[in-house]
Amino acid sequence: MTFDAAGYQLLPVLPELMLTVGGMVLLMIGAYGGPKTTGVVTGLAICLLVATGAAELLLPAGRLVTFGGSFIVDDYARFLKVLALIGSTATLILSRQFLADPSSKIFEYAILVVLASVGMMVLISAGDLIMIYLGLELMSLALYVVAAINRDDAKSNEAGLKYFVLGALSSGLLLYGASLIYGFTGTVNFAGIAAAAQEGNIGLIFGLVFLLAGLCFKVSAVPFHMWTPDVYEGAPTPVTAFFASAPKVAGLAVFTRVVLTAFPSVLGQWQQIVVFVAIASMLLGSFAAIGQKNIKRLMAYSAIGHIGFALVGLAAGTVEGAQGVLVYISIYVAMTLGAFSVILAMKRNGFAVEQISDFSGLSRTNPQLAFFFAMLLFSLAGIPPLAGFFAKFYVFVAAVKAGLFTLAIIGVVASVIGAYYYLTIVKVMYFDEPKPAVDPVRFELRAVLAVAGLFNMLFFVYPAPLVSAATVAAKSLF
Amino acid sequence: MIQAIVFLPLIGALLAAAIALFGAHARNPSGDTVEHDAAHGHGHAATGHAAPTGGDAAVIHAAHDEPDAHDDHGHDHPVEPPAAGSRAAELITTGLLLVSAGLSWLALVDVGFMHHDVRIPLLPWINSGDLQVAWTLRVDTLTAVMLVVVNTVSSLVHLYSIGYMNDDPHRPRFFAYLSLFTFAMLMLVTADNLVQMFFGWEGVGLASYLLIGFWYQKPEANAAAIKAFVVNRVGDFGFLLGIFAIFMLVGSIDFETIFAAAPGLTGKTINFFGWHADALTLTCLFLFMGAMGKSAQFLLHTWLPDAMEGPTPVSALIHAATMVTAGVFMVARLSPLFELAPDAQNVVIFFGATTAFFAATIGLVQNDIKRIVAYSTCSQLGYMFVAMGTGAYSVGMFHLFTHAFFKALLFLGSGSVIHAMHHEQDIRHMGGLKDKIPFTYIVMVIGTLALTGFPLTAGYFSKDAIIEAAFASHHTMAFYGFLMTVIAAGLTSFYSWRLIFKTFHGTPHDQKHYEAAHESPYWMLIPLVVLAAGSILAGFPFKEVFAGHGVGEFFRESLKMNPHIIDEMHHIPVAVAYLPTAMMALGFVVSWMFYIRKPYLPVELANQHQLLYKFLLNKWYFDELYDLIFVRPAKRIGRFLWKAGDGTIIDGLGPDGVSARVLDITRGAVRLQTGYLYHYAFAMLVGVAGLITWFMLGGGGR
Repeated sequence: MTFDAAGYQLLPVLPELMLTVGGMVLLMIGAYGGPKTTGVVTGLAICLLVATGAAELLLPAGRLVTFGGSFIVDDYARFLKVLALIGSTATLILSRQFLADPSSKIFEYAILVVLASVGMMVLISAGDLIMIYLGLELMSLALYVVAAINRDDAKSNEAGLKYFVLGALSSGLLLYGASLIYGFTGTVNFAGIAAAAQEGNIGLIFGLVFLLAGLCFKVSAVPFHMWTPDVYEGAPTPVTAFFASAPKVAGLAVFTRVVLTAFPSVLGQWQQIVVFVAIASMLLGSFAAIGQKNIKRLMAYSAIGHIGFALVGLAAGTVEGAQGVLVYISIYVAMTLGAFSVILAMKRNGFAVEQISDFSGLSRTNPQLAFFFAMLLFSLAGIPPLAGFFAKFYVFVAAVKAGLFTLAIIGVVASVIGAYYYLTIVKVMYFDEPKPAVDPVRFELRAVLAVAGLFNMLFFVYPAPLVSAATVAAKSLF
Repeated sequence: MIQAIVFLPLIGALLAAAIALFGAHARNPSGDTVEHDAAHGHGHAATGHAAPTGGDAAVIHAAHDEPDAHDDHGHDHPVEPPAAGSRAAELITTGLLLVSAGLSWLALVDVGFMHHDVRIPLLPWINSGDLQVAWTLRVDTLTAVMLVVVNTVSSLVHLYSIGYMNDDPHRPRFFAYLSLFTFAMLMLVTADNLVQMFFGWEGVGLASYLLIGFWYQKPEANAAAIKAFVVNRVGDFGFLLGIFAIFMLVGSIDFETIFAAAPGLTGKTINFFGWHADALTLTCLFLFMGAMGKSAQFLLHTWLPDAMEGPTPVSALIHAATMVTAGVFMVARLSPLFELAPDAQNVVIFFGATTAFFAATIGLVQNDIKRIVAYSTCSQLGYMFVAMGTGAYSVGMFHLFTHAFFKALLFLGSGSVIHAMHHEQDIRHMGGLKDKIPFTYIVMVIGTLALTGFPLTAGYFSKDAIIEAAFASHHTMAFYGFLMTVIAAGLTSFYSWRLIFKTFHGTPHDQKHYEAAHESPYWMLIPLVVLAAGSILAGFPFKEVFAGHGVGEFFRESLKMNPHIIDEMHHIPVAVAYLPTAMMALGFVVSWMFYIRKPYLPVELANQHQLLYKFLLNKWYFDELYDLIFVRPAKRIGRFLWKAGDGTIIDGLGPDGVSARVLDITRGAVRLQTGYLYHYAFAMLVGVAGLITWFMLGGGGR
């Protein structure tokens, strides 16, 4: 092929193409079949996501680059794409209950998740600033819509609108940053930027600040986090679960790739930004969560805090740090999916209950649910030997080795403060007077909860697969 | 044989304890509160073996107006049924103690007269560097005398308690404590090293605490138990320092090693807070501090009168005959050290003499029958220490030996009176009882005669010997000791006869109780007979071996006497030898004048010397003084540390403060989330602007 010579082969983007075409096909099915096809579309979408993940893993090994260096498939991209796809798949599984409700037979939901996943994959593989923007917008447009998917619910609409407006603002910041960087380096390609960037170029630093502001918005890092609690609370719970998992993976992936591959020469500068953002996120996440009554809002602050912890690893700017970020985000996805399957399971007489007080005495009315949730909360709090402890352990070790003692200490303090609100829920479940029993939990929720919960509890028995995969992935960035 | 003597009481204690536990469980398997009389309103939950009973006693107490009247126990109130196996527990412990007592007399003959000293190693205990401690039973004459005293009195008290405690539902527990005490006391007297002695020392302290607080529903009993424990801690602290000092000087706490090394220690000094003190003197003073606590000497005496809150048999056994003499025994045991530290001996004489006098003065005006006897005990212990200080250790032991009989007799006799008077303890409400309880009257008179030193009774020989020793001694303090003990002899006679006269003579003051008074059961009378016999006979036969020329032969190595004291005692002026007897007679006459002949005299006297009377009645205001100097400042410090130290500083800056600050921050953080879109957008822009500014101005870009 003539494209080959110019580096425009299509093999590396095969999974993305699969997903895109599949999404179109599903759209046709839904458009012509109407709302009654919702179940079928969702099922097919799950299959499509799994097949895409498999295709991604079956691509030739090594580093594949196409579109003139704008699209990179390396071990890093593979690792994170699979993780993002797992997140999307699990979210769709968790959504079956929501979609089975006659009032919300929306086949578009699964298709939007598929399209958002395409955006994430593009984002993860992005090799230049253009591709970042492309992937980001592809993902975000789908996310704006799913946030407001409950069109009859004012809160859902408010969430979608807030996300859209602020998202547009952040895109603007990102674009402005990208243009500054292009202006001061003359290239949009990461490798080219890395070659051109030098210390002390204030214009470049300005561009970097704006670019990172846009990315921080996507991963909901402080001070660009303000949308998170409102959207988490207002969006339908399955959508919140989605927001909390796959897009975070993609956002963190591109964040990491940009700073490590495009700006290694100004590490001192972006490290300051990341350290500030990490500290602010950890502290705000920990403190503000204490004041929450709504479990979804609490999970929003929890997400903010966890992103802060993940950024601690990134701040190190080393292979170990990148590995820590990857391990962290993997375990975080597992924990958050498990937690959201519990939140989705909390229904009384068919109505979802989402206040923390609704968990009162759960240990007596539904001991298994309470036990798994308690384990997940302990893990989120970072209590050994659960997975969440190791997640924090790797990032803190990386930070300490990079000499960022202050950051590590603040992180540990923040995690202690954060433990309070997780443990409060455990206390409510185990020591408070029981409320009426919750409805029987659907099979798919129990399945996701069991997988996520067991992963959390048993990670310490055999951590090698995840940790070594993360190491390999991290090394491909350097 | 020795092992049997020491461990039979322990076996008894364990068996009785098992019965107490299982009995209580069988009676109240659920462990719920036993409400035997709802009118008393016991709100507190009694667990397992502990069901309320003494609350009744507290109720009776409340019915009386007199501040000094303390009730003993509540047998005429509805009480729960006794624990199953109570009788078994009583018989087991008493039987084992009787065997032990019999064997003790054999041991005394064997060791004291046949000269068969024994040392029986039992087990290694502590083996740490230079510190080697083993469980060893050491029985020489000194120990054998103590074995006889302890086991004889203890077995008689056990026997007496079967009658006295007849209505108490917790008898197994009581007998377990009594036997436990006996075991601890035996460990103390058979100790072969200071650590084992300290074990016994603390063991008797524990048993004393448990028995004083036996009626634990009675607040006074609990307070008295705690007071006894705390005051003893002060002394124990000194004892421990003494042990440490000895280990520092000698490198061992083994008696043989210490005694062998003692002569080499003269002239050495210890740096004690920059003060180069004579090593032996300082060590002996520390050890004597322990003895002062245990033996209720002046300044550390305050717990003993309060300990009378315990059941009367306990007072007889622990707070008259045995435990309180542990201090005397300890000084005797360590005589090789004290004999080398004359300054310490002077201190011993001073405190002994002061106590003898001071306690006797208080005894003059007390109204509680048990407290009079308690102050008398305090006073007599002072006598013993005077003897110890002069180096006449055997004489002190002689008084210890005879005192055990007559003081136990007086206590048990008082118990019999209290029993007869339905737990009335105030002698002002008694009177004329000699016709109602003639037997008790007779034995009490015998006890009083012995205590006051009536010729040919046991006390006559031992007390006069102490006064003679004090006169003969050449210590600086000896004359002070002599003077005080002679005066105290007169006072002793006065208050002892006062007790007899007010209790048994004159007219009844409480007709109702008087009419109902009855003689005690045989369980109680038999021990009284035995002790009465001992009070008369324990003197003369033993005079030669304790205070005569047989001392060296009898005690041999177990005591290191002042070599000349015995000889000099026999060469004092005749007038001095008769002085105590004269004082005794004088005390009797004055007492007779005051309480039989002219009963209005004491009232007039008290009115004329209001200040002195109050001073004595309030026990020289020691409790108030200590309350002012120690208790209240301690409570203030405690309160300060609690409120300011723990509450304000640690909690305030620590957990409470941190959590409050966290909540403050949380409130702030939550308030940031206004819900307004433009606020959110503003925050983002401020964030960007802040970072930009930081890089522009803050030097972040360089």
